[in-house]
Amino acid sequence: MADARLKVFRGTIEGGALKDYQVPVFEGMVVLDAIHHIQAHDAPDLACRWNCKAGKCGSCSAEVNGKPSLMCMTRMDSLPAGRPIVVEPMRRFPLIRDLVTDVSWNYEINKRIKPFKPKPREADGTYRMQQMDVERIQEFHKCIECFLCQDTCHVLRDHRRYEFAGPRFMIRLATLAMHPLDTENRLREIKDQFGVGYCNITKCCTEVCPEDIHITDNAIIPLKERVAGEFYDPLAWLWRLVRGKKADQRSEVH
Amino acid sequence: MDNYEVCEHDVIVIGAGGAGLRAAIEASKEGVSVGLVCKSLLGKAHTVMAEGGVAAALAYADDRDNWQIHFRDTMRGGKMLNNWRMAQLHAQEAPDRVKELEEWGALFDRLPDGRISQRNFGGHRYPRLAHVGDRTGLEMIRTLQNHGIHQGIQVYMECTIVELLKEGDRIAGAIGYWRETGVFVVFRAKAVVLCTGGIGKAFRVTSNSWEYTGDGQALAYRAGADLIDMEFVQFHPTGMIWPPSVQGILVTEGVRGDGGILQNSKGERFMFNYIPEMFAAETADTEEEAARWLKGDKHARRPPDLLTRDVVARAIRSEVRAGRGSPHGGAFLNVYSQLPAEVIRKRLPSMYHQFKKLGDVDITSQPMEVGPTAHYVMGGIRVNPDTQESTVQGLFAAGEAAAGLHGANRLGGNSLSDLLVFGKRAGEYAAKYAKDRSSGPRIDEGQVREAQQTALAPFEGNGTENPYTLLRDLQTVMEEGAGIVRNKADLEQGLENLKKLVARHRDVKVEGSRHFNPGWHYAVDLRNLMTVSQAVALCALNREESRGGHTREDHPDSVTKWEQVNSVVRLRNGEMQLEHARRPDMPDELKALLTLPEGA
Ligand SMILES: Cc1cc2nc3c(=O)[nH]c(=O)nc-3n(C[C@H](O)[C@H](O)[C@H](O)COP(=O)(O)OP(=O)(O)OC[C@H]3O[C@@H](n4cnc5c(N)ncnc54)[C@H](O)[C@@H]3O)c2cc1C
Ligand code: SF4
Ligand code: SF4
Ligand code: FES
Repeated sequence: MADARLKVFRGTIEGGALKDYQVPVFEGMVVLDAIHHIQAHDAPDLACRWNCKAGKCGSCSAEVNGKPSLMCMTRMDSLPAGRPIVVEPMRRFPLIRDLVTDVSWNYEINKRIKPFKPKPREADGTYRMQQMDVERIQEFHKCIECFLCQDTCHVLRDHRRYEFAGPRFMIRLATLAMHPLDTENRLREIKDQFGVGYCNITKCCTEVCPEDIHITDNAIIPLKERVAGEFYDPLAWLWRLVRGKKADQRSEVH
Repeated sequence: MDNYEVCEHDVIVIGAGGAGLRAAIEASKEGVSVGLVCKSLLGKAHTVMAEGGVAAALAYADDRDNWQIHFRDTMRGGKMLNNWRMAQLHAQEAPDRVKELEEWGALFDRLPDGRISQRNFGGHRYPRLAHVGDRTGLEMIRTLQNHGIHQGIQVYMECTIVELLKEGDRIAGAIGYWRETGVFVVFRAKAVVLCTGGIGKAFRVTSNSWEYTGDGQALAYRAGADLIDMEFVQFHPTGMIWPPSVQGILVTEGVRGDGGILQNSKGERFMFNYIPEMFAAETADTEEEAARWLKGDKHARRPPDLLTRDVVARAIRSEVRAGRGSPHGGAFLNVYSQLPAEVIRKRLPSMYHQFKKLGDVDITSQPMEVGPTAHYVMGGIRVNPDTQESTVQGLFAAGEAAAGLHGANRLGGNSLSDLLVFGKRAGEYAAKYAKDRSSGPRIDEGQVREAQQTALAPFEGNGTENPYTLLRDLQTVMEEGAGIVRNKADLEQGLENLKKLVARHRDVKVEGSRHFNPGWHYAVDLRNLMTVSQAVALCALNREESRGGHTREDHPDSVTKWEQVNSVVRLRNGEMQLEHARRPDMPDELKALLTLPEGA
């Protein structure tokens, strides 16, 4: 098979540029294989993160041809042939080096979420839940914390509104809110501290989620509804309006 | 001397997978100050990749189950080489540890009566694995992580520990560097818990990540601790083999647990021809009986596709050798003829996704091609079964880095439970140990300096060895010398080649700066990988029998004499020493459990 050409971002916060590399292509190859090839042959110090190489750990997030993706799940043959493949770090986060960014902000947000507080066990020492009820939340538990949705969300990416916890943590908050065993109320924080109102339901986060979590429909909208229900916020009405107009919102924002 | 930062804690836990997180949570509960260090970001350890489930005799899915049978299955799976006390504690405590996860927010799949569902797995007599589809490890690590961050634990991410520090015979802490900056950091601590995982990177075809370079085992070894059972490496029978990009990626045993069958190129269910005597009484011998078992007939015996991993891996290899392999040198794993498509997608979503996306195979209508992949190391740091303390004072270990529980072969699902049971114990006893010491240890500048020099050596001098090339060569040496099937000549040659590699490693040279430099990181980790590889080969050469994960074609049988001893490796006078130590004697009441009548 023919070689592939890649343009990989090399540099630090002080500056950098795309650098050209050429790698041999083999059957089934993914972008992460190409990066590993470059490390082994051309640039041993090319910085990137990875662990599982199977879409399970969420380490290898980057922007491939401008699209936030997991490098280990992006097949070379899914990208347009004959054109160089551009690999860049996630843009939303401060650069550390090459493809590695500082995602520590996410860990800070997570710490601020009030922990799970379970109700007591049944008399026989078990918790009884129906599969149907846990499945709703299991969808959210599929999140591998790749932070691609955080990278994509325009509230964080373009407007740098860090009062908004971002889609990943809307998921986490929704998980807790819908957990059959949880007894904690976090609605005030969801509104004030985590800024659910900033989301204007563009669904761009959902589009990049490698786990196919319906972030907007299944997590954020229900959270917005709960918040609205609790606080009779006049804003609630406003976002209902916005929600009706999501189609033009999209083209407006992206 | 290079600058370094200092962080102080009562207990430092190295490794933030299931074992490390569980240890840190427990230590913190004991009221001591705890630091948790990991090479990757939090939540990215191997534990996140675990698929099939966590074994615990909850007896929800089948009320005939109990800890005694779990104990028996673990011992038989480990070919009796297990530390009986660990196997006992593990079987007894796993149910509580799993239930505790529910209290911290984990959501396992449910039975119709609302309790936790359990699935079948190789070597487990009854359905025993609590699971979440095929992403149990993700559920587990995220639960521990989200609980752990509220327990006052200080987390240090992307920090690689390069050496343990001692004061006299005791542990005094550890030294590492921040991967981001390359700056050194000394952790001063009364107790250290090693939860660094396995050694899979010693093999080219592996389900393990870059992190698995045997760091914990090598750190402990250099600090003077004993390693045991290092010859026992588990090759999981079902790794992906095609296309090349995915070689080694795991296909969960849950596929077979839920009904998947193995076939050769002629379409035969060859596992019926490989049933060892030890398991004959409880294994179905006809396809008809296997089919009844799948339908839930409690009197039917388990299909041979669910024999222990060592048996299945060898069977696949034999079929390939006999010319009945799949096109890319493995076997076919077929679940589509056994289960309806929607059930497959529901129970095995990530397998479905993985094959579809990476292998262009739709597992609901096509067979998977699978073959053995280096997966897990049964051997590791020798620990006290109750406290998890190593043979060095103040140094504890748990999880895959520690040894004893699994003997010669680990049963699927017994690792996740191992992490919980012994992670908790390690954290508890490390905290107690720390509390008993009033003053903090003294850091010896000489040791710090030496560790720094060793770590920085690849930047200096005019060596010519590339770390990536060295890694690849090491993997070739291990696959040829100490792989799935071994013999004396290959092992001797392997040890010779390893010596040469160690010499070449002295000439390793890295380019660039200390700022997030993966080439340098590999160069540092390779030193550990070489040490553990030597230990594997040395123990394998000297165990002249076949047992569990250790197969010698020149000594194909298991030998009673060898059942009595564990291989122990330690560093003395600059040399790797091997000793065969007698296995601790099992009390009679436990012995009786091993011969439980069928169906008991
Ligand atoms: C694909 C796959 C599927 C599996 N499925 C199952 C299953 O279904 N059931 C089951 O029971 N088992 C399963 N296993 C096995 C099980 O997942 C692992 O054995 C287990 O997760 C190991 O946990 P641990 O806590 O010991 O180590 P890990 O989770 O691997 O964590 C090791 C930690 O140590 C850190 N570390 C390592 N070296 C250093 C260093 N030098 N300095 C600082 N930190 C360091 C790493 O960063 C990491 O945080 C599976 C394994 C794989 C690979
Ligand atoms: S829907 Fe749009 S605004 Fe809302 S979180 Fe997702 S990307 Fe951000
Ligand atoms: S929600 Fe999806 S995109 Fe966002 S972090 Fe989780 S897995 Fe990644
Ligand atoms: S390496 Fe784990 S998701 Fe890509």
